[in-house]
Amino acid sequence: MKKKIGIPKCLLYYQYYPLWKVFFEELGAEVILSDNTTKKIMDDGVKLCVDEACLPIKLFYGHVLNIKDKVDYLFIPRLTSVSKNEYICPKFGGLPDMIKHTVKDLPKIIDTEINLRKSKKKAFTTALEIGQFFVSDKTKIKKAFKEAITSYGEYRKKVKQGVIPTDILDKKLSVVKKNDENMLNIAVIGHSYNLYDKYTNMNMIEKLKNNGINVITVDMVDGKIIDEKVKQLNKQMFWYFGRKAIGSAYHFMETGEIDGIIYLMAFGCGVDSFICDFIERKIRKNSEIPFIVLNIDEHTGEAGMDTRLEAFTDMIRWRYRDENNLSAHG
Amino acid sequence: MKITFPHMGNTYIVAKSLLDDFEVDYVIPPFNSKKALEIGTKYAPEMSCLPLKINLGNYIEAFEEGADTVLITGGCGPCRFGYYCEMSREILNDNGFNMDILTLELPNGNLKEFMKRIRKLTGGFNIPKVIKVVKDTLHVSKKVDSLEKLTFKARPREVKKGSVDRVYKDFQKDILNVKGSKQILKSIENTKNKIMRLEIDKDYEPLKVGIVGEIYTTIDFFTNLNIDSKLGGMGVEVDRAITVSGWITEHILKAIIPYRKDISYKEASKPYLGAMIGGHAQETIGNSVLYANMGYDGIIQIYPLTCMPEIVAESILPSVERDHDIPVLTLILDEMTGEAGYITRIEAFIDLLKKRKERREIGEELILSGN
Repeated sequence: MKKKIGIPKCLLYYQYYPLWKVFFEELGAEVILSDNTTKKIMDDGVKLCVDEACLPIKLFYGHVLNIKDKVDYLFIPRLTSVSKNEYICPKFGGLPDMIKHTVKDLPKIIDTEINLRKSKKKAFTTALEIGQFFVSDKTKIKKAFKEAITSYGEYRKKVKQGVIPTDILDKKLSVVKKNDENMLNIAVIGHSYNLYDKYTNMNMIEKLKNNGINVITVDMVDGKIIDEKVKQLNKQMFWYFGRKAIGSAYHFMETGEIDGIIYLMAFGCGVDSFICDFIERKIRKNSEIPFIVLNIDEHTGEAGMDTRLEAFTDMIRWRYRDENNLSAHG
Repeated sequence: MKITFPHMGNTYIVAKSLLDDFEVDYVIPPFNSKKALEIGTKYAPEMSCLPLKINLGNYIEAFEEGADTVLITGGCGPCRFGYYCEMSREILNDNGFNMDILTLELPNGNLKEFMKRIRKLTGGFNIPKVIKVVKDTLHVSKKVDSLEKLTFKARPREVKKGSVDRVYKDFQKDILNVKGSKQILKSIENTKNKIMRLEIDKDYEPLKVGIVGEIYTTIDFFTNLNIDSKLGGMGVEVDRAITVSGWITEHILKAIIPYRKDISYKEASKPYLGAMIGGHAQETIGNSVLYANMGYDGIIQIYPLTCMPEIVAESILPSVERDHDIPVLTLILDEMTGEAGYITRIEAFIDLLKKRKERREIGEELILSGN
């Protein structure tokens, strides 16, 4: 019988699922995902997790509860770092411990540390370590790893071309309503797990698209551009997401093709609290691009979110329409 | 160049000694206060952690007294503290406070840049002098900490309530008037003797509580609303493993000089938290285990709202509590913290600890009253 490995459908799922899926399947395991986020998953997570944690971490608890009884293994790696000289977030590094000490009756947890801070080559040794749970044959793990990297490369390529990750992950194209207004380019900055989880952000991306807006997210910006742009920082940014967000923000400011920038942040996110403020300061100082911060947490009301999104896009449209013919008499 | 630096408990004494000995022109910002916090809250990002807000308040108050350069330490994550320098730079400049930020850190092991910054600070580079000053500063920091430890022990045993605090508070104020490490050491010695001469009850056996958590909120007496002296006043002996001198040696000096680090807390935290995740999470878990092993009666964890590493620690502490049979109270601070609610919680916790200890001494089983 195939061993079942569970992957919670949140946090870095949106970034690395194509990699993880191919890797585990090549090793002969069956990958089982938790359900899409629902009210029940969110409520379960909120109940279990410490109050002070941010929304995505609370959701993670909910997803673990949703899936833990269906699988033999749970994949909760200790994600210390996924890029050189950078970290993700302290909570990611402590995640397996947080889960182990809070959730009861867990299946076996694969909590291998993923730490590419010193060198990217470590990825392979980490894969070997994780692979040992399923097969002992090293060449087989090596092959699986190679396949996984290819699959991940293809995924990244598609995302860079402007496909929303969830369209690839769910294997369906979202239907976009026809809209007669001018197409606007709006950049959305935020953690992938906030941007693409349709329940938590209340379908934000689709709402924008249905409003005649071309959505560009930070994941669509090429890594090389980001590397180039962050060179203007005084001090190296040591968060993986922070670097990506700041680099993309600079890029969005300088291309001249972006009509507005939305920053989607989760309440209580430590990284966001600094990066958002930093980016806002830069944008307000150096450009005329409209900028809005949307904050989500477990209580967010959909109407409030809609109102703000609509107001933001209307404001941009009116700006283009009316900017040049304002009455001189006020 | 007129230097200033943020307050963190008694760190100003250590910084003063360092800057005095280097003969640098500096301003010590007014002590942390509601005003500093209010100024900081106005300018800092809403969801940033409390220390950044108070620090900004310090800088701005010092700016008004003529300071133009801020001296702080840095680091490279993953805790937010590593980016305090850049955030402060942006915020201060955007709001018209024209200040330079001098960060003492090794940016990616770049020793040259570090030396450049030291040179900027000291104006020239006289190696024997630098070594001597650093050594003296370290000595001062250790003495300050041992004086603080003495107050922890003396407070619960004092016969006349508040006598230790009176001496200690005077010392904290008077130290601003002396100059240089030599005089500071003398003043510390005097204070120590004064405290030793106070009348104490030698037979009293106090409850013992260990304080763990995020460094700023545990060390800074304004932020934690004087928890040391509050507990002392209730007749509780406290201990705090994280100290100013420990922080200087572990995080600044040993980052530069390869030297064996103190790892006892790391060993102790291993069964609970498998890796370094930044901030003081590992210390929090490890020290809690160590306190439990030393026979402490309870543990209080303190951290500022949204502190990332401490949230991880808080999630794990219930396991330590259960495995080692030691009660843990978590207190979270932000600019809205009200003193009355805070004291009530501490008092309730201490009452529970007292009852728990009594019951154990008598050896009675727990019987709930029918009323």
